[in-house]
Amino acid sequence: MNDAFDIRNMESHIEVHKFRGGAIVGATLLALMFQAFVPVYFAKAAMIDLPLLITIYFGLSRRNPSSGLLLGMIIGLLQDSLSGPTVPIGLYGISKTVIGYLASSIGARLDTEHPAARFALTIIFFGLHQGIVLLTRRILLAQSSVWFTMHLAAAAVVNAIVAVFLFALLDHLRKS
Amino acid sequence: MPGIPSRHKSIFLLTGVVLLQVLLLALQIKRDSEGRLIRVWTVGAFSPFERAGNHGIGHMRETWRHYFALQNASRENEQLRRENDELKMQVNQLQSKAIEADRLALLLNFHKSHENVPMLGARVIATSAGTASATIMLDRGSKDHIKKNMGVITPEGVVGKIVEVYDNTSEVLLLTDKDSGVGAMLSNSRKQSPVGGAGEPLLVMKYVANDDTVNIGERVVTSGMDKIFPRDLPIGTITDIKPGNPFKSIRIRPSADLERLEEVIVLLTLTPLQMNQETEAAKPSASVASKPVAEAVKSETAKSPVSATAAKPAPASVSPAPVPASTNAAAAVKPE
Repeated sequence: MNDAFDIRNMESHIEVHKFRGGAIVGATLLALMFQAFVPVYFAKAAMIDLPLLITIYFGLSRRNPSSGLLLGMIIGLLQDSLSGPTVPIGLYGISKTVIGYLASSIGARLDTEHPAARFALTIIFFGLHQGIVLLTRRILLAQSSVWFTMHLAAAAVVNAIVAVFLFALLDHLRKS
Repeated sequence: MPGIPSRHKSIFLLTGVVLLQVLLLALQIKRDSEGRLIRVWTVGAFSPFERAGNHGIGHMRETWRHYFALQNASRENEQLRRENDELKMQVNQLQSKAIEADRLALLLNFHKSHENVPMLGARVIATSAGTASATIMLDRGSKDHIKKNMGVITPEGVVGKIVEVYDNTSEVLLLTDKDSGVGAMLSNSRKQSPVGGAGEPLLVMKYVANDDTVNIGERVVTSGMDKIFPRDLPIGTITDIKPGNPFKSIRIRPSADLERLEEVIVLLTLTPLQMNQETEAAKPSASVASKPVAEAVKSETAKSPVSATAAKPAPASVSPAPVPASTNAAAAVKPE
């Protein structure tokens, strides 16, 4: 990852984390499985967007926009594939690609290790993600959706809280 | 990616990846009415150029057609104008023919309902040259057995009487002329009194006493006392009544439209006649005036009198007047 080295050269004070082998793939698959199956038993769990949180976490940690957007794209496309025939392939793919890119870009410039920063960033990324999904629905799919609901606001907060704990958990997968 | 600064690589990658996914979306999405999204986009992307091209070509074509290729337009315009004028004339002719057919059908029906009365159809070919008299000229004369003092009517009512006869034409003194008169009676009370012209559109009933009951709107019909017109032919309707000394002044609107006469019927007899009681029944409805009838009438009026019996001046079948002539009525009519 030459880009990562470039960034590291520019932003030498920000640490680039590496993960244990299979950590990213494992975490991604687990997140997708959770997203696909848990809401069947706990409907409220659908509020949590684990694939998004994984995208944000690895984007912020790896701090490489190219790998971040590619990871976001893969996670998004897989999520699309698991979301049934009513969700066209690419809906979450686009939004998570953008989120992956932005998270990586921000992670390369800011210290995102603090729980408060993670909380705030997750809320922002969640809102952005929803905005991109909504725009895609409206512009490309001609589907009507509301811009803001209290449910979405609550989901943003819940995801941010979950993110604080999840990111702390995922920190253990880093190579020391 | 050689040639692209490394810090921009990720942006290019992001753009490419997002565009790829958008394309992927477009391939999957099928809009309800417009087909696949990719097709919608393609059409949407190309159609402005197509429209612009179409508009440009259309504009050029219109410009060529309207400004440069006009060598035949003037000639065509002239020809179309001529055709338009001809068509307008044809329409006018057809309209007047239709009206004429209606009128002729009315005459024919009138004749059919009075077959025992010898009559002759005639066209009005001229009117009096001045306002001092109210006369019309007919296209029938002595060659058609028309004689002086014969009555002239239309299915609507009395017109006047023949005052001059020439070989091929004859002159009719209209009821509205101040020297004209006809034996008349009120249709309700049967009160007899002559009606004459006053040199104006309305007629005047002359000798009705002040104590006689007369109503506005009452019909006035021929009494048959003048030995010219059969009984009960409509003359007109009372429009105005004023008391006078010693007689009432009664004004009557003529039943026949004396100002717009085109075809009339000449009663070919000088012997008093008796018509059918209800002449109104002779009036056909507009639907009766069908084209074949109108054409038959036209050919008949063109060739000969309305009926073959019209050639005979006074057929034996004509019944005489049932009532002896009253002195008043006879005096009112001036047979010349």
